[in-house]
Amino acid sequence: MNYHWNWRIFWEPAPGGTGTYLNMLLSGLLLTIETAIFAWIIALVFGSIVGIVRTLSSKAASRTGFLYVEFFRNMPLLVQLFLWFFVLPELLPQAWGLWLKQIPDAPFYTTAVGVGLFMSARVAEQLRAGIGSLPRGQMFAATALGLTTAQSYRYVLLPMAFRIIMPPLTSEFLNTIKNTSVGITIGLVELTGAARSMQEFSFQVFEAFTAATVLYLLVNIVVVIAMRLLERRLAVPGYITGK
Amino acid sequence: MFANFDFDVIRRSLGYLFLDGMTFTLMLTGLAGLGGLIFGTLIALMRLSGLRLLGRIAGLYVDLIRSLPLVLVIFWFYFLVPYIGQWLTGASRPVRVGAFVSSLITFIMFEAAYFSEIMRAGIQSISKGQPAAAQALGLTYSQTMRYVVLPQAFRNMLPVLLTQTIVLFQDTSLVYVVSIPDFLGAASEVAHRDGRLVEMYLFAAAVYFVISCAASFGVRRLQTHLAFVH
Repeated sequence: MNYHWNWRIFWEPAPGGTGTYLNMLLSGLLLTIETAIFAWIIALVFGSIVGIVRTLSSKAASRTGFLYVEFFRNMPLLVQLFLWFFVLPELLPQAWGLWLKQIPDAPFYTTAVGVGLFMSARVAEQLRAGIGSLPRGQMFAATALGLTTAQSYRYVLLPMAFRIIMPPLTSEFLNTIKNTSVGITIGLVELTGAARSMQEFSFQVFEAFTAATVLYLLVNIVVVIAMRLLERRLAVPGYITGK
Repeated sequence: MFANFDFDVIRRSLGYLFLDGMTFTLMLTGLAGLGGLIFGTLIALMRLSGLRLLGRIAGLYVDLIRSLPLVLVIFWFYFLVPYIGQWLTGASRPVRVGAFVSSLITFIMFEAAYFSEIMRAGIQSISKGQPAAAQALGLTYSQTMRYVVLPQAFRNMLPVLLTQTIVLFQDTSLVYVVSIPDFLGAASEVAHRDGRLVEMYLFAAAVYFVISCAASFGVRRLQTHLAFVH
């Protein structure tokens, strides 16, 4: 192999005057985390609403939820980002489109919202499965106690369903973190993007991607450990993982 | 609202979009799915082999690939494959690899990690009595796998494998990051050449949507069919 390894590249200054290549990668990592958290909040909020809607007894409601999920599940994430980034501003009334195009940090917001909505369809499916896995008697009992539908969901079904779907939600959160890397296509310099520009500036391809790989692994490990602790804290005694 | 749009650009570029772009995407999906299934099954067998070292290596590979974003994996292989080629052929310089081969290798290696988890679940879902009976009949380990366990595991997991292939079909669009002309790449090329981003991206989205919807509808039908057969 005639590849010149140079692991000290990380301490050399990167072009742009913002510090070393290591600084560049770390600010990419920070952006990845920020985008992922923003996206995850959107995914949880929209996913929960749609997931609940899909389990309602109303045919029209569950049909609407179904269409929402199918819409976001059947297009590649990359295409969805392009739709939000390039197409949406053109379809809106001119003033709105102009405003959208002039938002500073447009790649950040587009990626966060795009990944968030994309993931919300998956969260919705998980929550629907979680609610579906509860015994039917739970809803009956809640109704018998005189709770309204909203109260039954709030106090009976959701607290249990969310605990049940904690493990799949953990992997969906990890997917959210990974999916933010698609933002590179609309100019978001998150971790993968930072490694890519480091490779372009310094020609140290494998050092750059090795560093990004290690950082992604670390993030994964931290998330998995944190979620495991959370799961243990939230466990209901005598149920599933509870003691 | 569509007054300023020129949807004729789609008609003019249909040939390029489908004959070049979509052919690339579908070939990549098909071959990567097949390769991923073969390597994935091998990895699953390694993990279930009971040989500690082999299982460890396979497990590490799966965990590593599954914790990385596909975009990063695409970059890795895009730059790594020429060096692997050089190493394999003993050439003096990194080997030039075509766009198709490079992305095919990437997706096979990436999907193998995901397919292996599906096949592992499939193999573990086979009741213990099956391999025991095969052994009692005097079949060797490889015969047991080949004739008894794997066909059933594959059949049980077929809907999940196909769903993963739909995900793969959508994921192939990410070769965009290394400027490889798949369907989306072709659409994007025309979009930028003619300044028709809105029309081309809406059309690309619609095409992906229709194909994925049709495929997942097919998988759902297959699922109910299999449920009846069992």
